[in-house]
Amino acid sequence: MRRRSFVATILGACAGAIATVIGTPVVRYVLYPVQAATRTDKWTEVGDISEFEKIDSPVAKTILLTQRDGWREIVSHQPVFVSRASDGKLQVLSPVCPHLGCSVAWREKQNKFVCPCHGGQFGSDGSRLSGPPPRGLDRLDNQVKDGKLQVQFQYFRSNVPDRELLS
Amino acid sequence: MRRQIKDSAQPRGGLASRALNWLDVRTGVKGLTKMVLDEPIPGGARWAYVFGSGLLLIFLLQVVTGISLALYYTPTAETAHTSVAYITKQVAGGAFLRSLHSYGSSAMIIVLGLHFLQTFIYGSFKGRRELLWLSGALLSFLVLGMGFTGYLLPWDQKAYFATAVGTNVAGQVPIIGNLITRMLRGGDTIGTLTLSRFYVAHVFLIPSAILAFVGAHILLFRKAGPAGPMREHPVTPRLRAEPFYPRQVLFDMGFALLVVAVLAGLSYLRPVTLGPIANPADSQFLPRPEWYYLPMFEWLKFWEGPSVVIGVVVIPGIIAMVFFLMPFLDRRLERKVWRRPIPALAVAIVVTGMISLGIKSKIDDRQAPVAQQLAHQEEQEKAYSAAPFEPYTNSPAINPPATSTSAPALVVSLDPMIPKGKNIFTDRGCSACHGDDGTGTALAPTLVGITRKFPKDRLAALLHNPNARMKEGGMPNVDASPDEMEALIAYLATLGKPSANPPVVANTSAPEPSRSKGNSVALVASVPIHGAK
Repeated sequence: MRRRSFVATILGACAGAIATVIGTPVVRYVLYPVQAATRTDKWTEVGDISEFEKIDSPVAKTILLTQRDGWREIVSHQPVFVSRASDGKLQVLSPVCPHLGCSVAWREKQNKFVCPCHGGQFGSDGSRLSGPPPRGLDRLDNQVKDGKLQVQFQYFRSNVPDRELLS
Repeated sequence: MRRQIKDSAQPRGGLASRALNWLDVRTGVKGLTKMVLDEPIPGGARWAYVFGSGLLLIFLLQVVTGISLALYYTPTAETAHTSVAYITKQVAGGAFLRSLHSYGSSAMIIVLGLHFLQTFIYGSFKGRRELLWLSGALLSFLVLGMGFTGYLLPWDQKAYFATAVGTNVAGQVPIIGNLITRMLRGGDTIGTLTLSRFYVAHVFLIPSAILAFVGAHILLFRKAGPAGPMREHPVTPRLRAEPFYPRQVLFDMGFALLVVAVLAGLSYLRPVTLGPIANPADSQFLPRPEWYYLPMFEWLKFWEGPSVVIGVVVIPGIIAMVFFLMPFLDRRLERKVWRRPIPALAVAIVVTGMISLGIKSKIDDRQAPVAQQLAHQEEQEKAYSAAPFEPYTNSPAINPPATSTSAPALVVSLDPMIPKGKNIFTDRGCSACHGDDGTGTALAPTLVGITRKFPKDRLAALLHNPNARMKEGGMPNVDASPDEMEALIAYLATLGKPSANPPVVANTSAPEPSRSKGNSVALVASVPIHGAK
């Protein structure tokens, strides 16, 4: 190897070493929120279970959702629907339309959920009736604890036929 | 008809050399590289010449780490501290990058000092290099400005109080002093507007000035050429010159590796800490600036009464003036330092004086009760750094929309046990020794994080019946009913959280730590040690 290119190699290696020592933590640092996305895995209270025992059409409830947003913890209001599944069991539905993410509304007179954006329609159990949405309304995990109905609010990928959790 | 342009000298080599040629024809990159690398150094390459490029490297490091920090940092009094805690405690690589930035600022000062000494001792500023020197002198002050403005940004105790002192020092300037202090602070007190000002100065104004003057410094350096060793003539070099590449580049690279290795090693092994959030109401806190401001800090202790103007403005002003005008004062072409006794002596006196002042300041701080308070502050800082990250909480649930049917039980401060516990904490005199917000004083340690350290029942037992060590420190038995004890522990659990004392942070009109009338050094008013002489 010629002396000149040998020196250039040494210098290149040193510069590479410095770039690695500094660059690696910078890349990890920048990617941190990309890997560890916001997730709420806390149970949020919807209301007393007795409130819902006798419902036959969906009921809108606003829950207080505690979420981590980077370095802050935010408490936001999030509507959910409590309704009966086709087997008669209570279920909690996300109001986020699985088409493109608008908030659906319950139309009592029509006995269905209607999305105001692109006209997607869903039955009272959340099943897809018509319109562009590729699937029914998303069910949220729920449980009854100490007489309270609790829900885990989560977001799902929009415009795909199967419910896919966004982490 | 289309005709393709043919490059006049189409090289035959491989793809790489053809690509390089393509680029060169359009940019002149080869000539530029040659110009940079073939810079002739009279008398040859030396280790003594590595400091300038070292400073450039550290500046670039500061830019990279600084931009990284800005990715998560927020410059408001309410959230700055939490965002820095987030960077330090949560984000991958955050503690390392913040430490690198903090140690980098110290490295900048050290290498700047070496660069200055090398240039001064070698007489490298002589021979039509006045502007080169002036741009360098200005850069030194800009770097000090970066240190001063950056120190406030984490918004912890030491940041807040050191800035209170620093901005008061500026207030000692006759006639316009008060205006300068108010300009720096964005008003009378240190608050969120001060933080915005320091942030803008630290991130936009000073760095762009540094970039501009670094460019000027390098251009002027290339115009004048390297001065070479002391025996070289400063205007018309006579010694045999050696090109910058390869030997000097290798030396510079060697120094760069050393700097990065030391900084990365320190950052990895001893990451910098973050203290509890700034609490302007804390009257115990002893502010200490970064080590490179310690000489000035110590110097201020010697001046009081009407003479303070001499100490704070006149003498530093003369030194700064002489520093700036060096090439106009030391004008002979003689470069050898031993044949320039007056400038050499002057610099030696100032440098030795500064080092002695710095050392004296450290020695002064070893005396009781200062030493205890400083040790206590350090302990608090370590404890806060080690405690798990607590997110910033706000309470939008106070005005829930009418449709809400759920109880807003999510906000910590709404728990009725907490105010009850706080009352017990104050009424039973806990706050007398542990401080109003439980962050500790010279008499008793911090209680921040105590509920994480001990399980509830163990803590209750300890409070009912303190152990021998606690008793020795003067801790009495806490006589409380189980209910009261539960409330007290509920309150203790909130200590140190940003939500536990938001009014203090949000209230920018909190008492100013060090405004005093007349010309006495401002610190004296409320920081006992500073005026202890």
